Amino acid sequence: MTVDLTSRYLGLQLASPIVASASPLTGEIDSLRALEEAGAAAVVLPSLFEEQLEHDQVELHSALEYGAHSFAEALTYLPEMDDYNTGPDAYLEHLAAAKEALSIPVIASLNGVTPGGWTRYAELLQQAGADAIELNVYAVETDPYTSAAGVEERTLRLVSSICSSVTVPVAVKVGPFYTSFANFAVRLADARADGLVLFNRFLQPDIDLETLTVVPRLHLSSNDELRLPLRWLAILHGRANISLAATSGVQTTEDVVKLLLCGADVVMVASQLLRAGPGLIRELTDGLGEWLGEREYASVEQLKGSMSQLACGNPRAFERAQYVRALVGFSPRDVAGQAERARVPDDSPA
Amino acid sequence: MQSEGGAAGAVHGALQAGALATTFTSSQGLLLMLPNMFKIAGELTPTVFHVAARAIATHALSIFGDHSDVMAARPPGFALLCSSSVQEAQDLALIAHAATLESRVPFLHFFDGFRTSHELNTIERLTEDDVRGFLDEDLVAAHRARALTPDRPVLRGSAQNPDVFFQAREAANPYYAAVPSIVQRTMARFATLTGRRYRLFDYVGHPQAERVLVLMGSGAGAATEAVESLVKRGERVGLVIVRLFRPFSAAAFAATLPATVQAVVVLDRTKDPAAQAEPLFQEVITAFAESDDPMPLVTGGRYGLASKEFTPAMAKAALDSLDADVPRRRFTVGIVDDVTHLSLPVDRSFTAEPEDVVRAVFYGLGSDGTVGANRNSVKIIGESTGLHAQAHFVYDSKKSGSVTVSHLRFGPNPIHSTYLIDRASFVACHQFGLLERLEVLAVADEGATVLLNSPHGPDDTWDELPAEVQEQLIAKQLRLFVVDATAVAREAGLGRRVNTVLQTCFFALADVLPREEAIAAIKDAIRRTYGKRGEVMLERNFAAVDRALDGLHEVEIPVAVSSKLRRLPPVPVDAPDFVRHVTGAMIEGKGDLLPVSALPVDGTFPTGTAHFEKRSIAIEIPIWDHSICIDCAKCALVCPHAAIRLKVFAPEELEGAPEGFLSKEWKARDLPGMQMTVQVAPDDCTGCGICVETCPAHAKEAVGHRSINLEPKSEHLDRERERYDFFLSIPELDRALVEPATVKGSQLLQPLFEYSGACEGCGETPYLKLLTQLYGDRLLVANATGCSSIYGGNLPTTPWSQDANGRGPAWANSLFEDNAEFGLGMRLALDQQEASARALLPTVAPDLADEILTADQTTEAGIAAQRERVAVLRERLLDTDDNAEARRLLAIVDALVRKSVWLVGGDGWAYDIGFGGLDHVLASGRNVNVLVLDTEVYSNTGGQASKATPRGAVAKFASAGKRTRKKDLGQIAAQYGDVYVAQVAMGADNPQTVKALAEADAYDGPSLVLAYSHCIAHGIEIAKGMQQQKLAVDTGYWPLYRYDPRHTHAGEHPMRLDSRKPKLPLTAFTEREARFAMLKRSKPEEAARFEAQSQQDVDERWLVYEQLAQVEHEVEHEHTKQEETT
Repeated sequence: MTVDLTSRYLGLQLASPIVASASPLTGEIDSLRALEEAGAAAVVLPSLFEEQLEHDQVELHSALEYGAHSFAEALTYLPEMDDYNTGPDAYLEHLAAAKEALSIPVIASLNGVTPGGWTRYAELLQQAGADAIELNVYAVETDPYTSAAGVEERTLRLVSSICSSVTVPVAVKVGPFYTSFANFAVRLADARADGLVLFNRFLQPDIDLETLTVVPRLHLSSNDELRLPLRWLAILHGRANISLAATSGVQTTEDVVKLLLCGADVVMVASQLLRAGPGLIRELTDGLGEWLGEREYASVEQLKGSMSQLACGNPRAFERAQYVRALVGFSPRDVAGQAERARVPDDSPA
Repeated sequence: MQSEGGAAGAVHGALQAGALATTFTSSQGLLLMLPNMFKIAGELTPTVFHVAARAIATHALSIFGDHSDVMAARPPGFALLCSSSVQEAQDLALIAHAATLESRVPFLHFFDGFRTSHELNTIERLTEDDVRGFLDEDLVAAHRARALTPDRPVLRGSAQNPDVFFQAREAANPYYAAVPSIVQRTMARFATLTGRRYRLFDYVGHPQAERVLVLMGSGAGAATEAVESLVKRGERVGLVIVRLFRPFSAAAFAATLPATVQAVVVLDRTKDPAAQAEPLFQEVITAFAESDDPMPLVTGGRYGLASKEFTPAMAKAALDSLDADVPRRRFTVGIVDDVTHLSLPVDRSFTAEPEDVVRAVFYGLGSDGTVGANRNSVKIIGESTGLHAQAHFVYDSKKSGSVTVSHLRFGPNPIHSTYLIDRASFVACHQFGLLERLEVLAVADEGATVLLNSPHGPDDTWDELPAEVQEQLIAKQLRLFVVDATAVAREAGLGRRVNTVLQTCFFALADVLPREEAIAAIKDAIRRTYGKRGEVMLERNFAAVDRALDGLHEVEIPVAVSSKLRRLPPVPVDAPDFVRHVTGAMIEGKGDLLPVSALPVDGTFPTGTAHFEKRSIAIEIPIWDHSICIDCAKCALVCPHAAIRLKVFAPEELEGAPEGFLSKEWKARDLPGMQMTVQVAPDDCTGCGICVETCPAHAKEAVGHRSINLEPKSEHLDRERERYDFFLSIPELDRALVEPATVKGSQLLQPLFEYSGACEGCGETPYLKLLTQLYGDRLLVANATGCSSIYGGNLPTTPWSQDANGRGPAWANSLFEDNAEFGLGMRLALDQQEASARALLPTVAPDLADEILTADQTTEAGIAAQRERVAVLRERLLDTDDNAEARRLLAIVDALVRKSVWLVGGDGWAYDIGFGGLDHVLASGRNVNVLVLDTEVYSNTGGQASKATPRGAVAKFASAGKRTRKKDLGQIAAQYGDVYVAQVAMGADNPQTVKALAEADAYDGPSLVLAYSHCIAHGIEIAKGMQQQKLAVDTGYWPLYRYDPRHTHAGEHPMRLDSRKPKLPLTAFTEREARFAMLKRSKPEEAARFEAQSQQDVDERWLVYEQLAQVEHEVEHEHTKQEETT
């Protein structure tokens, strides 16, 4: 019996729940093709960053204006170009080319700054052919006078205004740092978001000790990071009328299965794809099929959410109990090779 | 091409091969074209050279407009056709092209530089179809049929003997004879096409005029207004506007003049000092002399040299001069000549400007965008209102903090007023600070509206105005409006660019368009100007426009002056006489009023004057935290303006220091027990931030706090002024105590290049300043034309200065192309003088000869000792001046002290225009030093590509990215084998820079130092200029090396790589510069290709240099072995 791997995400019927998430691989047409060939059910393009566009335009403008019209013999210092391409054109062209090259759904990703920018660019993405738009809500709130409620309100207003300005489905990719995430997720659904992507991994800055400067540093995720989305998928599944996507740390078929069990509609892969190459998609898809087949599941739909909080026998396990177990269950053996450094005291709960 | 000479050669070749070729040039460029122009004309080749007529460098360079260049281009035999307005510049250009095809005589079409070439005016434009239809295809075909082709081979450009050359030269006569009628026919055809009618000579004025003025060029506008106004008053005067100057048609000229003419005054916009009269006069007088009619009185005058104003009042003065009992045969007008008394008196109250014209003058800074907004305003008025509009812009000569004055006129009729506004109905001052420096309201007419960008608000502004401004506001019954444009612009994210805010206020107050319509038009203009750069700047500007009028308020003018504030004197009251009376007047914008006697006869000016000109342009200045300073001296080294100074002194010098004057212990072992101070010159600093970015000392508690930090000037100005005054009073360190060839040592020496008007953060000036620290007291500089000749030598002041002994760099600028030869000449003169002195010395002063002739002058102490010996010798010679040989020696005795001759210029000079000469000079073996300030483009003229421009960079003339790699000038020079060559970048390795400059000076032969100079034309964040230099070196883009011919002996390696193998990809450098990054956005595929090629260039160059560094240059011969063993 063949297992039905199809899954519905954002109202899109996908051939499987394995989606290539935003990464350099989705930034090039050749690698996008390779991802499709390897069986990716959909692709998410890298984000269009409004801040980057704004920064580029301001920088370009100041370079062109610096010293201009100040000196009789040199009214300007740089040549005038036919087109500076500072706007979203390059991104939109990539999106259109991806649509042209692929038959699987192409999800565009957007990181805005201003309310006007979010909606304007969302509309442009839709016009350029995006099958869906993922809003990359990435902002580090540093103003001590902005309250948590204020941040949530602002995000909800934003989502609501974008959802009313475009007709394609909209997913929201958020970070995990909300005090009452379940409540926020439900309100996002009320704001007409079609999907939630769990979670955004914020790029954390690092320090260069040589130069005493702050430097951006990217590290690829590993499946240690899986457990955060795992829990929240389980909690949210069935509680909010919204598609759920899991991202962060998906490496193996087992990871995929776990996330689906907890309620993910799709599982997104990026870091491991960068390590292993597009062929990983095939491995995961085949692996999922085999896992389901061996256990006589008929379809992904059957599996989806079967261990969510609503469905599992011990709902509390996803709450505090899980935390208790982790501590109680901890022993040096669980972290092979780290035992020395961990120096667990003899009177530990174990 | 390497220069305009080459461009003319290329045009010549293109014409010979049958192309319709043309070129555009000006001033010295035209002179460089002369040899080819003789050829082109001699071969009867149709072409048009379009010339924005500008002054030729004589006693000084001037970039401004007059006819000196065109008049120097008479002999080749081009027809000379002159346009006098923007409209004509278009129309006569087409007429010239049509006429040259028909006549085969080449044309030089000219119009006045700046006054016409840079004026904006409402014109009727020709379409492409007009142009195409106007040119006769048969004539084009005939031109092509004459072209060189192997299918119909001919020989052109033969060498001829005395037997035929003369006759052949005369063979072209009929073609010249036909030109006037061809031009007149072409003009008639043009009138049929466009309705605009021109004649060889156009006449304006009374049909029975008795007195007539003759001139050509933009002065015709002012003269027309004057004549029309005088005719209305009943005077019988007229004006002849010359269009076809050469061949001069005496018949057409005679036909133009009314028969009633009794006296003619001819005005020339050029000076021919050795001639009886100027060129136009000579043509006119020849025409009259050979006419059968009675000769009227003909007089000639000069006007308008180097864009000197020419007004209707001056035209009237010229006409009036004919009425004198004894009219002056020769005169000048527009200046006061109190030496030869040639100048005519001018009644400045005479105006002839139409009353229906609105006149507006705007004072702003280059950096606030005033000019850009006014350019848009003129276009808006011209396009949206049906009115005619004109704009002309005046810039000062500084490249940082420059002041701009915009003159805008608009009215119902075409505007011909080709002179600046002196009675404005609207005056805007876009920078409050200008009120205390300039007489901003002097141009305001009675009852005019004044718009002021004021941070003080409508209620408090009055009290902040200088008394002189209050006086004018009251006396002229002006209406004053204020807006805090700086705040609006800042809130809108526009930084200091207040232009769109004030533009909106201007439209609201000028009432030239309904408000809503004006705002829409402003936004449309903003979109057209900035639209290509993306939405962000548009939105910010739109926001500024929308908010502008909310803050616009009228200020009620009190009845009496109440201010205690006075306008600042332009220079300190205790400055030397010349500086106070001459330099000060120029700084104040009153240079036009200086009489002839105030100025030197030969262009010689005192040095050390920049320090009198306190421009105080910085918003933030660096403040020293002595507690964490590590005495590295880098801040002083990199400061482009010599506005961060370092001094080391004995503790007792601190006596009398102002309270809080900062100093700390100097920790170097060579000068124990000394104190040091780092001090900012608060009024001279431009706030560029280069020093702060370079300072390596961080506070332990807060990494962002360095030993030097930018802080708001307003909070520190008074205190830092007091400190700087005291700092200057501390004596300079004895040069003999210092090891100059080190970073620290060099910075203990007084800079003799200070406070230049170069761009904020200039990458060139730190090298020049360093030169003057190392050997400024014995330095001669030959400076090629370019940025360095402008910030070094553009009046009113010069940064080249003097030490307490009155010694300092002697500086001269000859031309652009000849600088290497010019400097070589200086060296040859010094060498000859030294040789003569050495020959004379043993006879004249035998007892002193030995010591002087064998003196070691390789160290500061050695030079000081030689100066003392020469001083003794001089005293002796003064006492024995009855001896002829002693007198000869006295005149050249200074040559016995070693001098350093430096040939300074940019890459445009060294790589391109001056390369032929530079190559020759490097091959001469003479002891000259060349410093190339390599910005990799022609910076002074706005960033045109040179052969120093790297592959893939965009520049003017290479906007799709330069396709070829940068010329390796250093290796070309090194090939001579006896040239010292160094490639340096101060921001990457400052000890190497200092060492190279010292070695170049010490090397007794030619030296070439290529100094990487960051530049605003690179599109970088200027404060990070030195960090960019480091990236240039770290990526291998600019490898550091020294090639020292003294190390060519067996077993040695003359080429020494001073930088490490590139550790970063080239993109780490290029991605931070707009000149590369722009292409990446605009043409990504091209850019990617260039990027790969450029990385390959870098890798290959490094590979080659590494091998060169291993090369030995000398074979071990038997005799060299012997020398070593003996």
